[in-house]
Parts: sequence; structure tokens; C-alpha cells
Amino acid sequence: MAVAAIRLRDLFAVVMLFGIYSFVSASLFVVLDAVDVAFTEASVGAGVSTVFMLGALALTASKEKPKSARKTLLPLLAVTVTGLALVYGTWDIPAYGDPANPIHHHLVQRFIEDSPEEIGIPNIVTSVLASYRGYDTLGETTVVFTAAIGVLLLIGGARRPPSGQDDAR
Amino acid sequence: MQILGHFNYWIFIVLMMCGFYMVIASDNLIKKLVGLSIFQTSVFILYISMGKIIGGTAPIVIDKAAVYSNPLPHVLILTAIVVGVATTSLGLALVVRIQEAYGTIEADEILAQDRDDSP
Repeated sequence: MAVAAIRLRDLFAVVMLFGIYSFVSASLFVVLDAVDVAFTEASVGAGVSTVFMLGALALTASKEKPKSARKTLLPLLAVTVTGLALVYGTWDIPAYGDPANPIHHHLVQRFIEDSPEEIGIPNIVTSVLASYRGYDTLGETTVVFTAAIGVLLLIGGARRPPSGQDDAR
Repeated sequence: MQILGHFNYWIFIVLMMCGFYMVIASDNLIKKLVGLSIFQTSVFILYISMGKIIGGTAPIVIDKAAVYSNPLPHVLILTAIVVGVATTSLGLALVVRIQEAYGTIEADEILAQDRDDSP
């Protein structure tokens, strides 16, 4: 899916493929037991960001200009080298799905055992997000608020012509 | 078993490199942003797959004896998805402004226009 998105020149198709890709990754999250993340990815990742991208496409061009083959060679080389270095790095990472992995040993046991009594919600993800890490979620909403203000400042005011032009007429 | 145990990391690397290639190789700004989002999603997959325990279930406590996958990466990525959409929308707003100012969203044409203007 991602490879097709690289090859395509029609930006509309690229954005649509990105939406499908987002949805496929959301179903992958369900398989990996992360149901809350899958909800968010399907609604926000596949839904809202596809709508935003389509809106941006409506305001700009919808075709990409073709480019020479020479310019793709250097990025391809850089990507291959980085990818191989990362694959080399995976040999030291513990294997997938093993309960003995270090990630499953420190904080998690306490959250699983105590959070239903302490917070009163069976869903651990919700109780960690809204209670144990409430300040972080407040920071997250601050980021979203700032981004909304930024978007409004950038394109909200640009619809009307500058005031000096009106006076000249 | 050792080989298959790292398959999830390889998927993540392939997706990440697709996104990386899109960011550095394409001149179109919207395509760059799509590449950035693919890069982001690949990191989400890395984190979520680290939290998975084979035979485990979603971290909603029904029965104390059950095995649950690690909920902490899920919380982290939940936050990251929302912040990612916020930054993507800000980037798209910038692209729309660039289109209004330059009349194009190809990075090389914008650079050429800047070079013509500066002397």
C-alpha cells in the first residue's frame, strides 16, 4: 500500500491509499490487542486526517509534476543503508510476544492488579490515560488547541483581501 | 523461531523506510506529509507490537487470572496519534498558504522562485 503511494503521481489516489493504509493498520492494532488504539486510529487517523488532506488537495494542485530518475537514486541509497542498519539493530531486541520481555516486568503488574480498585474502571488504558497520566493528557489537549489556533491563523484570515487594497479602490 | 520472532520489527522497518523515502525523494509537499504520516504509523506499530503477549488479551480487567497485553504502550500511542493528526493538519495549513503565496506546492519550484527573487 505504502509502496503504491510512493509510485503514484495522482495526489487524490495517494491520499485515498493513505486512508486505506490507516484503516488496515487499525485492524492490525486489534489483532495486537490494542483495541483503544484501533478506535483512535480508525476515527482520527483514517477519518479526520484523510478529510484534512482532501481539503488541502481541493485548495491546491491535485497532480504531482514528474521528475528525473537521477534525483531518486540518492534518496533510495540513503533509505536502503538506513533500513539495513535498523535490521542489524533488531538482533538485540527481544522476540515478539514473549511474556519474559523486560517491557512486561516493571510498572505493568501494579497497574493490572491495582487500577480496577483504585480508579473503578476495568479498562486499564482509560484509567492510565485519564487518571495516572492526567497531566499528560492535559498537555495533549493543549497541543491540539495550539494546532487549531495555528491552522486558523494560517488559513482562516487569508480568505478576505488585505485592508489596504480595499481602501485603494 | 528466532527469525520469526523479529518479523514484526522488519515490517516496521519496511514501512518506516517507505515513509522516509517519500519524505526525502518527492518534491510535492502533500506527498511529503503523507510520507511523514506513514513514518509515524510505522512507529505506532513498533510500540504496539512490543506490548503484545502471545496468548494475552486486551487490557480490560474481567478476571484477575487472565494474561493481559501491556497497556502502557497503548496509552502512549493513543496520545501520539492525536498529536500526530494535530501536527499533520498544521502542516497542511502551511501547504495551503504556500500554494497561495507561490502558486505551486513543488519544493524545487519554490526554491527556484526564491533564488530568482533574492538577488
